[in-house]
Amino acid sequence: MSENVAVIGIGHSKFGTRKDVNIAELCWESMKPAFETANLEPKDIDFFVVSNAGMWSSEAAVPALIAEYADLAPKGSMRVEAACASGSAAVRIGYTAIKSGMADIALVLGVEKMQESPNPNVIELIGRFGSYFWEFENFGLTFPAYYALHGTAYMMKYGATEEDYAKVAVKNHYYGAKNPYAQFQREIDVETVLKSPYVAWPFKLFDCSPITDGSACVILASEEKVKELGIDEKVWILGQGVGTGTANLSRREEFTSLASARYAAEQAYRMAGIDLDDPVKYLDGANVHDCFTAPEIIAYEDLRFCKRGEGYKLIRDEQTYIGGKIPVNVDGGLKSKGHPIGATGVSQAVEAYKQLLQKAEPGRQADITKGRWLAHNVGGTGHYSYVTVYGLEKR
Amino acid sequence: MDKMKEQVMKNMEELGFPVIVDEKSGALQWVDMRELRLRYFISIENIKPFYEGLKEGKLMGTKCKKCGRLFFPPQKDCPSCMDSDIEWIELKNEGTLETMTVVFVKPPSFGMYDPYPVAIAKLDDGPRILAWYNGDPQQVKPGQRVKVQVSRRKEGYLMYELVPL
Ligand SMILES: [Zn+2]
Repeated sequence: MSENVAVIGIGHSKFGTRKDVNIAELCWESMKPAFETANLEPKDIDFFVVSNAGMWSSEAAVPALIAEYADLAPKGSMRVEAACASGSAAVRIGYTAIKSGMADIALVLGVEKMQESPNPNVIELIGRFGSYFWEFENFGLTFPAYYALHGTAYMMKYGATEEDYAKVAVKNHYYGAKNPYAQFQREIDVETVLKSPYVAWPFKLFDCSPITDGSACVILASEEKVKELGIDEKVWILGQGVGTGTANLSRREEFTSLASARYAAEQAYRMAGIDLDDPVKYLDGANVHDCFTAPEIIAYEDLRFCKRGEGYKLIRDEQTYIGGKIPVNVDGGLKSKGHPIGATGVSQAVEAYKQLLQKAEPGRQADITKGRWLAHNVGGTGHYSYVTVYGLEKR
Repeated sequence: MDKMKEQVMKNMEELGFPVIVDEKSGALQWVDMRELRLRYFISIENIKPFYEGLKEGKLMGTKCKKCGRLFFPPQKDCPSCMDSDIEWIELKNEGTLETMTVVFVKPPSFGMYDPYPVAIAKLDDGPRILAWYNGDPQQVKPGQRVKVQVSRRKEGYLMYELVPL
Protein backbone atom coordinates (compact mmCIF):
# COMPACT_ATOMS: atom_id res chain seq x y z
CA MET A 1 0.00 0.00 0.00
CA SER A 2 1.27 3.43 -0.89
CA GLU A 3 -0.90 6.34 0.11
CA ASN A 4 0.71 8.59 -2.50
CA VAL A 5 2.00 8.00 -6.00
CA ALA A 6 4.41 10.29 -7.84
CA VAL A 7 5.45 10.85 -11.44
CA ILE A 8 9.25 10.64 -11.23
CA GLY A 9 10.27 10.40 -14.87
CA ILE A 10 8.93 11.66 -18.19
CA GLY A 11 9.60 11.29 -21.88
CA HIS A 12 7.92 12.54 -25.04
CA SER A 13 8.58 11.72 -28.67
CA LYS A 14 8.24 14.22 -31.44
CA PHE A 15 4.58 14.04 -32.52
CA GLY A 16 3.74 14.11 -36.22
CA THR A 17 4.16 11.97 -39.30
CA ARG A 18 6.85 9.56 -38.19
CA LYS A 19 7.71 7.51 -41.25
CA ASP A 20 11.31 7.54 -40.01
CA VAL A 21 10.77 5.05 -37.16
CA ASN A 22 8.94 1.78 -36.48
CA ILE A 23 6.66 1.25 -33.48
CA ALA A 24 9.34 -0.02 -31.07
CA GLU A 25 11.73 2.78 -32.04
CA LEU A 26 8.96 5.33 -31.53
CA CYS A 27 8.31 3.87 -28.05
CA TRP A 28 11.98 4.04 -27.10
CA GLU A 29 12.11 7.70 -28.10
CA SER A 30 9.95 8.55 -25.05
CA MET A 31 11.05 5.67 -22.80
CA LYS A 32 14.74 6.63 -22.82
CA PRO A 33 14.22 10.18 -21.45
CA ALA A 34 11.73 8.78 -18.92
CA PHE A 35 14.40 6.42 -17.58
CA GLU A 36 16.96 9.23 -17.62
CA THR A 37 14.82 11.77 -15.77
CA ALA A 38 13.90 9.14 -13.15
CA ASN A 39 17.53 8.01 -12.99
CA LEU A 40 16.37 4.41 -13.36
CA GLU A 41 17.02 1.46 -15.67
CA PRO A 42 14.61 -1.08 -17.17
CA LYS A 43 15.51 -3.61 -14.45
CA ASP A 44 14.08 -1.25 -11.80
CA ILE A 45 10.55 -1.43 -13.27
CA ASP A 46 8.13 -3.74 -11.41
CA PHE A 47 5.25 -3.50 -13.84
CA PHE A 48 4.44 -1.70 -17.08
CA VAL A 49 1.32 -0.81 -18.99
CA VAL A 50 0.91 0.27 -22.60
CA SER A 51 -1.99 2.31 -23.95
CA ASN A 52 -2.54 1.71 -27.62
CA ALA A 53 -5.81 1.75 -29.51
CA GLY A 54 -4.21 0.04 -32.50
CA MET A 55 -6.21 -1.24 -35.49
CA TRP A 56 -4.43 1.08 -37.92
CA SER A 57 -0.96 -0.18 -36.97
CA SER A 58 0.72 -3.50 -37.52
CA GLU A 59 1.94 -4.65 -34.11
CA ALA A 60 -0.78 -5.59 -31.63
CA ALA A 61 1.38 -7.08 -28.85
CA VAL A 62 3.05 -3.77 -28.04
CA PRO A 63 3.87 -4.62 -24.38
CA ALA A 64 5.79 -7.70 -25.56
CA LEU A 65 7.36 -5.70 -28.37
CA ILE A 66 8.82 -3.17 -25.91
CA ALA A 67 9.64 -5.88 -23.33
CA GLU A 68 11.95 -7.19 -26.05
CA TYR A 69 13.25 -3.88 -27.36
CA ALA A 70 13.80 -2.27 -23.95
CA ASP A 71 14.76 -5.23 -21.77
CA LEU A 72 11.59 -5.22 -19.68
CA ALA A 73 10.95 -9.00 -19.92
CA PRO A 74 9.86 -10.87 -17.80
CA LYS A 75 8.11 -8.10 -15.86
CA GLY A 76 4.31 -8.03 -15.82
CA SER A 77 2.40 -5.88 -18.31
CA MET A 78 -0.83 -5.30 -20.16
CA ARG A 79 -2.21 -3.24 -23.03
CA VAL A 80 -5.19 -1.01 -22.27
CA GLU A 81 -7.72 0.68 -24.53
CA ALA A 82 -10.29 3.39 -23.79
CA ALA A 83 -10.39 4.99 -27.23
CA CYS A 84 -8.77 8.45 -27.09
CA ALA A 85 -8.59 8.23 -23.28
CA SER A 86 -6.41 5.10 -23.42
CA GLY A 87 -3.42 7.04 -22.11
CA SER A 88 -5.24 8.13 -18.97
CA ALA A 89 -6.55 4.59 -18.51
CA ALA A 90 -2.92 3.44 -18.52
CA VAL A 91 -2.00 6.11 -15.97
CA ARG A 92 -4.85 4.78 -13.83
CA ILE A 93 -3.57 1.19 -14.09
CA GLY A 94 -0.06 2.25 -13.07
CA TYR A 95 -1.42 4.46 -10.30
CA THR A 96 -3.66 1.76 -8.82
CA ALA A 97 -0.91 -0.88 -9.14
CA ILE A 98 1.28 1.26 -6.90
CA LYS A 99 -1.48 2.45 -4.61
CA SER A 100 -2.53 -1.14 -3.96
CA GLY A 101 1.03 -2.20 -3.15
CA MET A 102 1.29 -4.60 -6.11
CA ALA A 103 4.17 -2.56 -7.54
CA ASP A 104 6.61 0.08 -6.30
CA ILE A 105 7.71 1.42 -9.64
CA ALA A 106 5.54 1.29 -12.77
CA LEU A 107 6.20 2.46 -16.30
CA VAL A 108 3.29 3.87 -18.30
CA LEU A 109 3.75 4.12 -22.05
CA GLY A 110 1.30 5.53 -24.56
CA VAL A 111 1.92 4.99 -28.24
CA GLU A 112 0.06 5.23 -31.52
CA LYS A 113 1.33 4.89 -35.05
CA MET A 114 -1.76 5.90 -36.98
CA GLN A 115 0.02 6.62 -40.21
CA GLU A 116 0.91 2.99 -40.80
CA SER A 117 -2.49 3.04 -42.54
CA PRO A 118 -3.70 5.41 -45.27
CA ASN A 119 -5.86 8.32 -43.98
CA PRO A 120 -9.17 7.01 -45.45
CA ASN A 121 -8.75 3.76 -43.52
CA VAL A 122 -8.07 5.71 -40.32
CA ILE A 123 -11.23 7.79 -40.89
CA GLU A 124 -13.18 4.56 -41.38
CA LEU A 125 -11.78 2.95 -38.23
CA ILE A 126 -11.98 5.96 -35.94
CA GLY A 127 -15.71 6.33 -36.64
CA ARG A 128 -16.16 3.08 -34.75
CA PHE A 129 -15.45 4.58 -31.31
CA GLY A 130 -19.18 4.80 -30.58
CA SER A 131 -22.13 2.52 -31.27
CA TYR A 132 -20.91 0.60 -34.29
CA PHE A 133 -24.20 -1.07 -35.16
CA TRP A 134 -26.72 1.74 -34.67
CA GLU A 135 -24.69 4.83 -35.53
CA PHE A 136 -21.85 3.81 -37.82
CA GLU A 137 -23.20 0.88 -39.86
CA ASN A 138 -26.19 2.77 -41.23
CA PHE A 139 -25.36 6.44 -40.77
CA GLY A 140 -21.61 6.62 -41.30
CA LEU A 141 -20.84 8.85 -38.36
CA THR A 142 -17.23 9.92 -38.35
CA PHE A 143 -15.33 11.00 -35.28
CA PRO A 144 -15.62 14.72 -36.16
CA ALA A 145 -19.35 14.21 -36.79
CA TYR A 146 -19.97 12.78 -33.31
CA TYR A 147 -18.50 15.92 -31.79
CA ALA A 148 -20.07 18.18 -34.41
CA LEU A 149 -23.48 17.07 -33.11
CA HIS A 150 -22.36 18.58 -29.80
CA GLY A 151 -20.88 21.66 -31.42
CA THR A 152 -24.17 22.39 -33.20
CA ALA A 153 -26.27 21.82 -30.07
CA TYR A 154 -23.98 24.16 -28.14
CA MET A 155 -24.23 26.93 -30.75
CA MET A 156 -28.01 26.58 -30.92
CA LYS A 157 -28.45 26.71 -27.14
CA TYR A 158 -25.98 29.41 -26.16
CA GLY A 159 -25.35 31.46 -29.27
CA ALA A 160 -21.69 30.58 -29.67
CA THR A 161 -20.39 30.99 -33.22
CA GLU A 162 -18.02 29.19 -35.57
CA GLU A 163 -15.68 32.11 -34.96
CA ASP A 164 -15.63 31.32 -31.23
CA TYR A 165 -14.65 27.76 -32.09
CA ALA A 166 -11.93 29.06 -34.41
CA LYS A 167 -10.43 31.02 -31.52
CA VAL A 168 -9.70 27.78 -29.69
CA ALA A 169 -7.67 26.58 -32.68
CA VAL A 170 -5.84 29.92 -32.87
CA LYS A 171 -4.86 29.72 -29.18
CA ASN A 172 -3.72 26.12 -29.38
CA HIS A 173 -1.65 26.74 -32.50
CA TYR A 174 -0.14 29.80 -30.80
CA TYR A 175 1.23 27.57 -28.05
CA GLY A 176 1.92 24.60 -30.31
CA ALA A 177 4.29 26.88 -32.24
CA LYS A 178 6.33 27.11 -29.03
CA ASN A 179 6.38 23.35 -28.38
CA PRO A 180 9.21 21.55 -30.19
CA TYR A 181 7.38 18.22 -29.79
CA ALA A 182 4.21 19.45 -31.52
CA GLN A 183 3.04 18.21 -34.93
CA PHE A 184 2.12 21.72 -36.12
CA GLN A 185 4.54 24.42 -35.06
CA ARG A 186 2.98 27.38 -36.77
CA GLU A 187 0.52 30.03 -35.69
CA ILE A 188 -2.76 30.47 -37.54
CA ASP A 189 -5.46 33.15 -37.53
CA VAL A 190 -9.25 33.01 -37.33
CA GLU A 191 -9.53 33.55 -41.11
CA THR A 192 -7.46 30.44 -41.82
CA VAL A 193 -9.81 28.34 -39.69
CA LEU A 194 -12.99 29.83 -41.12
CA LYS A 195 -11.81 29.47 -44.71
CA SER A 196 -10.73 25.84 -44.38
CA PRO A 197 -13.03 23.20 -45.93
CA TYR A 198 -15.83 21.57 -43.93
CA VAL A 199 -15.12 18.15 -42.45
CA ALA A 200 -18.36 17.75 -40.49
CA TRP A 201 -20.41 20.94 -40.25
CA PRO A 202 -19.86 23.13 -38.22
CA PHE A 203 -16.27 21.82 -37.99
CA LYS A 204 -13.76 22.69 -40.64
CA LEU A 205 -10.33 21.21 -41.22
CA PHE A 206 -8.69 23.61 -38.75
CA ASP A 207 -11.26 22.77 -36.03
CA CYS A 208 -9.95 19.20 -36.04
CA SER A 209 -6.97 17.54 -34.39
CA PRO A 210 -4.75 15.71 -36.88
CA ILE A 211 -3.87 12.06 -37.44
CA THR A 212 -0.65 11.61 -35.51
CA ASP A 213 2.19 9.21 -34.73
CA GLY A 214 3.78 9.60 -31.33
CA SER A 215 4.63 8.18 -27.93
CA ALA A 216 4.82 9.49 -24.38
CA CYS A 217 6.07 7.82 -21.23
CA VAL A 218 5.93 8.40 -17.49
CA ILE A 219 7.47 6.43 -14.63
CA LEU A 220 5.42 6.28 -11.43
CA ALA A 221 6.72 5.45 -7.95
CA SER A 222 5.39 4.88 -4.46
CA GLU A 223 6.01 7.39 -1.68
CA GLU A 224 8.48 4.98 -0.07
CA LYS A 225 10.46 4.62 -3.31
CA VAL A 226 10.55 8.37 -3.80
CA LYS A 227 12.09 8.65 -0.32
CA GLU A 228 14.44 5.70 -0.81
CA LEU A 229 15.72 6.98 -4.16
CA GLY A 230 15.95 10.54 -2.84
CA ILE A 231 13.98 11.95 -5.76
CA ASP A 232 13.65 15.73 -5.76
CA GLU A 233 11.90 16.34 -9.04
CA LYS A 234 8.48 14.76 -9.06
CA VAL A 235 4.79 15.58 -9.11
CA TRP A 236 2.11 13.70 -7.15
CA ILE A 237 -1.13 12.29 -8.49
CA LEU A 238 -3.59 13.99 -6.16
CA GLY A 239 -6.74 12.48 -7.57
CA GLN A 240 -8.27 10.85 -10.58
CA GLY A 241 -11.87 10.37 -11.61
CA VAL A 242 -13.22 8.22 -14.41
CA GLY A 243 -16.66 8.10 -15.98
CA THR A 244 -18.38 6.20 -18.79
CA GLY A 245 -21.08 7.34 -21.22
CA THR A 246 -23.65 5.45 -23.28
CA ALA A 247 -22.54 3.93 -26.58
CA ASN A 248 -25.42 5.56 -28.51
CA LEU A 249 -25.50 9.35 -28.48
CA SER A 250 -29.28 8.98 -28.82
CA ARG A 251 -29.37 7.48 -25.34
CA ARG A 252 -28.12 10.76 -23.83
CA GLU A 253 -30.14 13.57 -22.32
CA GLU A 254 -28.16 16.48 -23.74
CA PHE A 255 -25.49 17.40 -26.26
CA THR A 256 -24.00 20.55 -24.76
CA SER A 257 -22.02 18.71 -22.10
CA LEU A 258 -20.47 15.29 -21.45
CA ALA A 259 -22.05 13.66 -18.39
CA SER A 260 -19.12 11.25 -17.99
CA ALA A 261 -16.66 14.17 -17.85
CA ARG A 262 -18.69 16.00 -15.21
CA TYR A 263 -18.82 12.80 -13.18
CA ALA A 264 -15.05 12.23 -13.50
CA ALA A 265 -14.30 15.85 -12.59
CA GLU A 266 -16.35 15.68 -9.40
CA GLN A 267 -14.56 12.50 -8.34
CA ALA A 268 -11.13 13.92 -9.08
CA TYR A 269 -11.85 17.21 -7.28
CA ARG A 270 -13.15 15.43 -4.16
CA MET A 271 -10.15 13.13 -4.11
CA ALA A 272 -7.71 16.01 -4.56
CA GLY A 273 -9.43 18.18 -1.94
CA ILE A 274 -10.52 20.80 -4.47
CA ASP A 275 -13.62 22.93 -3.89
CA LEU A 276 -16.20 21.89 -6.48
CA ASP A 277 -17.60 25.40 -6.53
CA ASP A 278 -14.36 27.08 -7.53
CA PRO A 279 -11.74 24.66 -8.87
CA VAL A 280 -9.91 27.46 -10.76
CA LYS A 281 -8.77 28.83 -7.41
CA TYR A 282 -6.74 25.63 -6.91
CA LEU A 283 -5.27 25.16 -10.38
CA ASP A 284 -2.38 26.79 -12.24
CA GLY A 285 -3.60 25.42 -15.55
CA ALA A 286 -5.08 22.51 -17.41
CA ASN A 287 -4.89 20.26 -20.41
CA VAL A 288 -8.31 19.48 -21.81
CA HIS A 289 -9.36 17.13 -24.58
CA ASP A 290 -9.55 19.43 -27.63
CA CYS A 291 -9.85 16.74 -30.29
CA PHE A 292 -12.01 19.44 -31.90
CA THR A 293 -12.47 23.09 -30.98
CA ALA A 294 -15.99 22.97 -29.50
CA PRO A 295 -15.15 20.18 -27.02
CA GLU A 296 -12.49 22.41 -25.44
CA ILE A 297 -15.21 24.97 -24.66
CA ILE A 298 -17.53 22.25 -23.37
CA ALA A 299 -14.65 20.97 -21.21
CA TYR A 300 -14.32 24.40 -19.53
CA GLU A 301 -17.90 23.96 -18.38
CA ASP A 302 -17.77 20.26 -17.48
CA LEU A 303 -14.68 21.02 -15.36
CA ARG A 304 -16.46 23.97 -13.72
CA PHE A 305 -13.96 26.59 -14.88
CA CYS A 306 -17.08 28.68 -15.58
CA LYS A 307 -20.86 28.34 -15.51
CA ARG A 308 -22.73 26.21 -18.06
CA GLY A 309 -23.25 28.21 -21.22
CA GLU A 310 -20.39 30.61 -20.58
CA GLY A 311 -17.44 28.58 -21.83
CA TYR A 312 -17.33 30.35 -25.19
CA LYS A 313 -16.91 33.66 -23.39
CA LEU A 314 -13.69 32.37 -21.77
CA ILE A 315 -12.07 31.89 -25.17
CA ARG A 316 -13.67 35.03 -26.61
CA ASP A 317 -12.06 37.02 -23.76
CA GLU A 318 -8.74 35.13 -24.06
CA GLN A 319 -9.10 33.92 -20.47
CA THR A 320 -7.51 30.54 -21.23
CA TYR A 321 -4.22 32.05 -22.43
CA ILE A 322 -1.32 32.34 -19.97
CA GLY A 323 -2.12 35.31 -17.77
CA GLY A 324 -5.87 34.73 -18.04
CA LYS A 325 -8.27 33.09 -15.60
CA ILE A 326 -6.82 29.63 -16.27
CA PRO A 327 -4.29 28.68 -18.99
CA VAL A 328 -5.51 25.72 -21.06
CA ASN A 329 -3.58 23.55 -23.52
CA VAL A 330 -0.46 25.68 -23.51
CA ASP A 331 1.42 22.75 -25.08
CA GLY A 332 -0.72 23.15 -28.21
CA GLY A 333 -3.38 20.69 -27.11
CA LEU A 334 -4.47 17.81 -29.31
CA LYS A 335 -5.26 20.37 -31.99
CA SER A 336 -1.71 21.53 -32.65
CA LYS A 337 0.52 19.14 -30.69
CA GLY A 338 -1.26 16.23 -32.37
CA HIS A 339 -3.44 13.38 -31.15
CA PRO A 340 -1.77 9.96 -31.27
CA ILE A 341 -4.80 8.27 -29.65
CA GLY A 342 -3.05 6.02 -27.11
CA ALA A 343 -0.30 8.54 -26.28
CA THR A 344 -2.48 11.59 -25.62
CA GLY A 345 -3.34 10.92 -21.96
CA VAL A 346 0.26 10.12 -21.12
CA SER A 347 1.40 13.23 -22.98
CA GLN A 348 -0.92 15.22 -20.70
CA ALA A 349 0.83 13.69 -17.65
CA VAL A 350 4.18 14.69 -19.13
CA GLU A 351 2.89 18.24 -19.58
CA ALA A 352 1.60 18.40 -15.97
CA TYR A 353 5.09 17.44 -14.76
CA LYS A 354 6.79 19.97 -17.01
CA GLN A 355 4.46 22.81 -16.09
CA LEU A 356 4.50 22.21 -12.35
CA LEU A 357 8.30 21.86 -12.26
CA GLN A 358 8.61 24.89 -14.56
CA LYS A 359 10.39 22.98 -17.30
CA ALA A 360 8.12 24.05 -20.16
CA GLU A 361 9.73 25.66 -23.20
CA PRO A 362 10.04 29.49 -23.35
CA GLY A 363 6.79 31.32 -24.07
CA ARG A 364 4.52 28.55 -22.88
CA GLN A 365 5.37 28.20 -19.19
CA ALA A 366 2.38 29.08 -16.99
CA ASP A 367 2.86 30.84 -13.65
CA ILE A 368 3.00 28.17 -10.96
CA THR A 369 1.69 29.58 -7.69
CA LYS A 370 -0.92 27.05 -6.56
CA GLY A 371 1.06 23.93 -7.45
CA ARG A 372 -1.72 21.96 -9.17
CA TRP A 373 -2.36 21.03 -12.83
CA LEU A 374 -5.37 19.26 -14.30
CA ALA A 375 -5.63 16.79 -17.19
CA HIS A 376 -8.98 16.04 -18.87
CA ASN A 377 -8.90 13.18 -21.37
CA VAL A 378 -11.97 11.92 -23.21
CA GLY A 379 -12.36 8.67 -25.15
CA GLY A 380 -14.91 8.56 -27.95
CA THR A 381 -17.51 11.29 -27.47
CA GLY A 382 -17.64 11.08 -23.68
CA HIS A 383 -17.79 7.31 -23.92
CA TYR A 384 -14.92 7.38 -21.42
CA SER A 385 -13.74 10.40 -19.44
CA TYR A 386 -10.72 10.72 -17.18
CA VAL A 387 -9.85 13.73 -15.06
CA THR A 388 -6.53 13.70 -13.20
CA VAL A 389 -5.12 16.28 -10.81
CA TYR A 390 -1.35 16.50 -10.40
CA GLY A 391 0.37 18.51 -7.64
CA LEU A 392 3.73 19.59 -6.27
CA GLU A 393 2.73 18.76 -2.69
CA LYS A 394 1.18 15.47 -1.71
CA ARG A 395 -2.18 15.56 0.04
CA MET B 1 -3.00 4.14 -54.56
CA ASP B 2 -2.63 2.32 -57.89
CA LYS B 3 0.48 4.35 -58.63
CA MET B 4 1.86 3.25 -55.26
CA LYS B 5 1.11 -0.40 -56.02
CA GLU B 6 2.90 -0.09 -59.36
CA GLN B 7 5.93 1.39 -57.65
CA VAL B 8 5.97 -1.43 -55.09
CA MET B 9 5.86 -4.04 -57.87
CA LYS B 10 8.66 -2.26 -59.66
CA ASN B 11 10.79 -2.06 -56.53
CA MET B 12 10.09 -5.68 -55.70
CA GLU B 13 11.50 -6.67 -59.06
CA GLU B 14 14.48 -4.33 -58.98
CA LEU B 15 15.41 -4.33 -55.29
CA GLY B 16 13.96 -7.66 -54.21
CA PHE B 17 11.60 -6.27 -51.56
CA PRO B 18 8.11 -4.68 -51.34
CA VAL B 19 9.37 -1.22 -50.40
CA ILE B 20 8.70 2.41 -51.25
CA VAL B 21 10.33 5.69 -50.31
CA ASP B 22 7.92 7.98 -48.44
CA GLU B 23 7.52 11.08 -50.61
CA LYS B 24 7.64 13.66 -47.83
CA SER B 25 10.27 12.28 -45.46
CA GLY B 26 12.33 10.13 -47.81
CA ALA B 27 12.14 7.31 -45.26
CA LEU B 28 12.04 3.76 -46.55
CA GLN B 29 8.76 1.90 -45.92
CA TRP B 30 8.03 -1.83 -46.14
CA VAL B 31 4.61 -2.23 -47.76
CA ASP B 32 2.63 -4.90 -45.90
CA MET B 33 1.81 -7.83 -48.18
CA ARG B 34 -1.05 -9.11 -45.98
CA GLU B 35 -4.30 -7.32 -46.65
CA LEU B 36 -7.33 -7.82 -44.38
CA ARG B 37 -10.94 -7.11 -45.26
CA LEU B 38 -13.28 -6.88 -42.28
CA ARG B 39 -16.98 -7.75 -42.33
CA TYR B 40 -18.87 -8.81 -39.22
CA PHE B 41 -21.84 -11.09 -38.60
CA ILE B 42 -23.97 -9.28 -36.01
CA SER B 43 -26.83 -11.13 -34.30
CA ILE B 44 -30.27 -9.55 -34.67
CA GLU B 45 -32.06 -12.71 -33.58
CA ASN B 46 -33.61 -11.02 -30.53
CA ILE B 47 -34.66 -7.84 -32.33
CA LYS B 48 -36.31 -9.40 -35.36
CA PRO B 49 -39.61 -7.53 -34.70
CA PHE B 50 -37.70 -4.28 -35.23
CA TYR B 51 -36.91 -5.26 -38.82
CA GLU B 52 -40.37 -6.73 -39.43
CA GLY B 53 -41.81 -3.38 -38.32
CA LEU B 54 -39.37 -1.38 -40.42
CA LYS B 55 -40.46 -3.32 -43.50
CA GLU B 56 -44.01 -2.07 -42.85
CA GLY B 57 -42.78 1.47 -42.32
CA LYS B 58 -43.08 1.30 -38.52
CA LEU B 59 -40.48 2.24 -35.92
CA MET B 60 -40.55 -0.41 -33.19
CA GLY B 61 -39.07 -0.16 -29.72
CA THR B 62 -39.23 -2.40 -26.69
CA LYS B 63 -41.12 -1.76 -23.46
CA CYS B 64 -40.60 -3.48 -20.12
CA LYS B 65 -43.91 -5.04 -19.10
CA LYS B 66 -43.08 -4.62 -15.44
CA CYS B 67 -41.91 -0.99 -15.18
CA GLY B 68 -42.95 0.42 -18.54
CA ARG B 69 -39.46 1.63 -19.48
CA LEU B 70 -39.11 2.29 -23.21
CA PHE B 71 -35.99 1.30 -25.11
CA PHE B 72 -34.71 2.64 -28.40
CA PRO B 73 -32.54 1.25 -29.88
CA PRO B 74 -34.54 -1.79 -28.73
CA GLN B 75 -33.06 -4.10 -26.11
CA LYS B 76 -34.40 -7.37 -24.85
CA ASP B 77 -33.53 -7.01 -21.16
CA CYS B 78 -34.61 -4.40 -18.61
CA PRO B 79 -31.79 -3.58 -16.17
CA SER B 80 -34.21 -1.63 -13.94
CA CYS B 81 -36.19 -4.79 -13.18
CA MET B 82 -33.56 -7.41 -13.96
CA ASP B 83 -36.29 -8.84 -16.12
CA SER B 84 -36.61 -9.86 -19.76
CA ASP B 85 -40.38 -9.73 -20.00
CA ILE B 86 -40.62 -7.13 -22.73
CA GLU B 87 -43.15 -6.26 -25.40
CA TRP B 88 -42.67 -4.67 -28.78
CA ILE B 89 -44.49 -1.41 -29.38
CA GLU B 90 -44.70 0.97 -32.29
CA LEU B 91 -43.09 4.29 -31.34
CA LYS B 92 -44.72 7.61 -32.30
CA ASN B 93 -42.96 8.47 -35.51
CA GLU B 94 -42.86 12.22 -34.91
CA GLY B 95 -40.54 14.30 -32.82
CA THR B 96 -38.40 17.39 -32.48
CA LEU B 97 -34.95 17.79 -33.93
CA GLU B 98 -32.29 18.45 -31.28
CA THR B 99 -29.02 18.65 -33.17
CA MET B 100 -27.43 18.05 -36.54
CA THR B 101 -24.21 17.78 -38.52
CA VAL B 102 -23.34 17.29 -42.17
CA VAL B 103 -20.62 14.73 -42.87
CA PHE B 104 -18.36 16.05 -45.64
CA VAL B 105 -15.29 13.88 -45.10
CA LYS B 106 -16.80 10.40 -45.31
CA PRO B 107 -15.52 6.94 -44.41
CA PRO B 108 -14.55 5.13 -47.65
CA SER B 109 -17.42 2.67 -47.08
CA PHE B 110 -19.85 5.62 -47.54
CA GLY B 111 -18.00 6.90 -50.59
CA MET B 112 -21.02 6.47 -52.91
CA TYR B 113 -22.98 9.14 -51.04
CA ASP B 114 -22.93 12.94 -51.29
CA PRO B 115 -22.23 14.75 -48.00
CA TYR B 116 -24.99 13.52 -45.69
CA PRO B 117 -26.75 15.33 -42.82
CA VAL B 118 -27.11 13.36 -39.59
CA ALA B 119 -29.55 14.50 -36.90
CA ILE B 120 -30.75 13.51 -33.46
CA ALA B 121 -34.45 13.96 -32.69
CA LYS B 122 -36.46 13.43 -29.53
CA LEU B 123 -39.56 11.38 -30.36
CA ASP B 124 -42.85 12.47 -28.82
CA ASP B 125 -42.84 9.15 -26.90
CA GLY B 126 -39.59 10.10 -25.16
CA PRO B 127 -36.76 8.09 -26.73
CA ARG B 128 -34.25 9.83 -28.99
CA ILE B 129 -33.26 8.64 -32.44
CA LEU B 130 -30.19 9.32 -34.56
CA ALA B 131 -30.54 9.04 -38.33
CA TRP B 132 -29.87 10.69 -41.65
CA TYR B 133 -31.85 13.87 -42.21
CA ASN B 134 -33.53 13.86 -45.58
CA GLY B 135 -34.05 17.59 -46.02
CA ASP B 136 -32.17 20.82 -46.50
CA PRO B 137 -29.94 21.36 -43.46
CA GLN B 138 -29.82 25.11 -44.22
CA GLN B 139 -33.59 25.38 -43.70
CA VAL B 140 -33.58 23.75 -40.25
CA LYS B 141 -34.91 26.00 -37.48
CA PRO B 142 -34.72 25.52 -33.71
CA GLY B 143 -37.56 23.27 -32.62
CA GLN B 144 -37.80 21.77 -36.13
CA ARG B 145 -40.47 19.05 -36.22
CA VAL B 146 -39.53 15.84 -37.98
CA LYS B 147 -41.03 12.47 -38.74
CA VAL B 148 -39.42 9.08 -39.07
CA GLN B 149 -39.86 7.41 -42.41
CA VAL B 150 -38.43 4.37 -44.09
CA SER B 151 -36.64 4.48 -47.39
CA ARG B 152 -34.49 2.20 -49.50
CA ARG B 153 -30.79 2.96 -49.38
CA LYS B 154 -28.35 2.96 -52.30
CA GLU B 155 -26.88 -0.28 -50.92
CA GLY B 156 -30.36 -1.78 -51.46
CA TYR B 157 -31.64 -2.22 -47.90
CA LEU B 158 -34.41 -0.47 -45.96
CA MET B 159 -33.51 2.04 -43.26
CA TYR B 160 -35.23 4.73 -41.23
CA GLU B 161 -34.52 8.42 -41.80
CA LEU B 162 -35.73 11.75 -40.47
CA VAL B 163 -37.69 14.11 -42.73
CA PRO B 164 -38.84 17.65 -41.97
CA LEU B 165 -42.54 18.22 -41.24
ZN1 LIG C 1 -38.34 -2.79 -16.15
